[in-house]
Amino acid sequence: MAQFMPLPDAIHDNLKDGDKAAFEGFTHLIPTAAAHEAIRQGISDLILIRMTTDLIYDQMIGMGLARKLVFSYAGNPGVGLLRRVRDAVENGWPRPLELEEHSHAALASAYEAGAAGLPFAVFRGYRGAGLAKVNPAIRSVTCPFTDEVLAAVPALRPDVTFIHAQKADRKGNVLIEGIVGIQKEAVLAARRAVVTVEEVVEEFSGLHPNACVLPHWTITAISVVPGGAHPSYAHNYYKRDNAAYIEWDEIAADRKRFRAWMDEHVINATPEDFAGRVAGLG
Amino acid sequence: MRHRKILPAGWLGWGDMMSKQPFNSSEMMTIAASRALTSEDVCFVGIGAPSAACNVARLTHAPDITLIYESGTIGTAPDVLPLSIGDGELCDTALTTVSVPEMFRYWLQGGHITIGFLGAAQVDRFGNINTTVIGDYHKPKVRLPGGGGAPEIASCCGKIYITMAQSKRGMVDKIDFFTSFGHGEGGDHRQRLGIETKGPSLLITDLAIWHPDPETKEFVVTALHPGVTRDMVQDTCGWKVRFSDVVEETPPPTELELTTLRELKERTAAAHEERGR
Repeated sequence: MAQFMPLPDAIHDNLKDGDKAAFEGFTHLIPTAAAHEAIRQGISDLILIRMTTDLIYDQMIGMGLARKLVFSYAGNPGVGLLRRVRDAVENGWPRPLELEEHSHAALASAYEAGAAGLPFAVFRGYRGAGLAKVNPAIRSVTCPFTDEVLAAVPALRPDVTFIHAQKADRKGNVLIEGIVGIQKEAVLAARRAVVTVEEVVEEFSGLHPNACVLPHWTITAISVVPGGAHPSYAHNYYKRDNAAYIEWDEIAADRKRFRAWMDEHVINATPEDFAGRVAGLG
Repeated sequence: MRHRKILPAGWLGWGDMMSKQPFNSSEMMTIAASRALTSEDVCFVGIGAPSAACNVARLTHAPDITLIYESGTIGTAPDVLPLSIGDGELCDTALTTVSVPEMFRYWLQGGHITIGFLGAAQVDRFGNINTTVIGDYHKPKVRLPGGGGAPEIASCCGKIYITMAQSKRGMVDKIDFFTSFGHGEGGDHRQRLGIETKGPSLLITDLAIWHPDPETKEFVVTALHPGVTRDMVQDTCGWKVRFSDVVEETPPPTELELTTLRELKERTAAAHEERGR
């Protein structure tokens, strides 16, 4: 049953040192506020899972929260590399980072398998691809009907998944609109699910019958954090802050500048600051 | 050195449409790439140079092309180029938006996509692409973003087009990592791995147009862009370049193509400068 609570409490109750944690959102509805709260609480030794590892994992890894990253893309989309992830991989700063790297097709299938309660995912992939040679979690199965050899990867079962969504109703049902990404699968695959939302409404009205709604009983905790996906966006609420993504490339290029930025915008900030950050992005 | 200029029927009439403005090699690359696409294509679009080319095609000669971005947007028609593969503009203008697992499992793996259009950090003569690491995988000199959707885009789309600016760092004799498999070691290597799609079928650089040799599958230069010499192509390529028996000259951009591209880039630059507080 979804419980409404302030974000610091939702993180404290649901994210533990050493957890396998997914913060999902495929370029849209990225749970930045939840990631920042995790950084403020100094959670450590996480196994972070995410398809499009972008700014929030650059920040979490740069602050030393993670010991391992399970991912399928680690870039600043449309801009370039993730400089804090690079520093961790290439130089072990601020701590070494173990990588488990997949393709998007593999991780999407692995979340789907997790949501479906299956032990592994099967798909036609990785043929000729170098990842199959360097990642021991990529294996194969032979189809019992056709003898075709197909790729297999273990199902993803996060201890906790964090997502951001447009709105919840008073009961705690959650509506996701626009690019829905992998969020439904990531929530259903996880033991616990924490959702930050732009707003709470009394009840949903006028929804399309096929709208993407996560029932309240699939969710552990909900926190209301307007703007909580910044600098990504919330469809129908605010636009993607592309300039912030471009600027991040410079901020993350230098360890000192990165730490100073994190102090100002994360360590000494609060979830309430997000609303102001999206004010010009209507 | 001899460049043959093939003039299509009606060329003189078309000549009036050719741009009288100067153009740069990057614009020529994007426009040459856009010409490879048709209204019948269902195209999985990579970000960056492929995205620009696909949208120029849609705004000029291929208005009915279906553009698909891996965020799940199908039949999208953005007014500005997206910075990421999941910008709101893509969803706002799409015919429909599906989830990411549906995109990869039903639409891509299901064989519904005719062309995958990719960029590359490193490519070799057989169209194998590396966007993962420079150096050893476990001790990389440079850790690049990795493949994202590319490994399965490369194997599941009907064929693959690649576009990138030429450089010795980018066009290499041996790639450091097989992010996405092209023609492997050439010949029938794809079929031997059980990959039934055609693979890399076109390479468009800022200097030339390349097609794979039908037997060896090595990329061969079939056209040079206006003003480009064979030496310029060889000097910016890390392998010994082969030229086809007949090397054509790429027709220069038309007024419509150039204006469309420039207006698209201007709208895009203005949109990406908007920001929050």
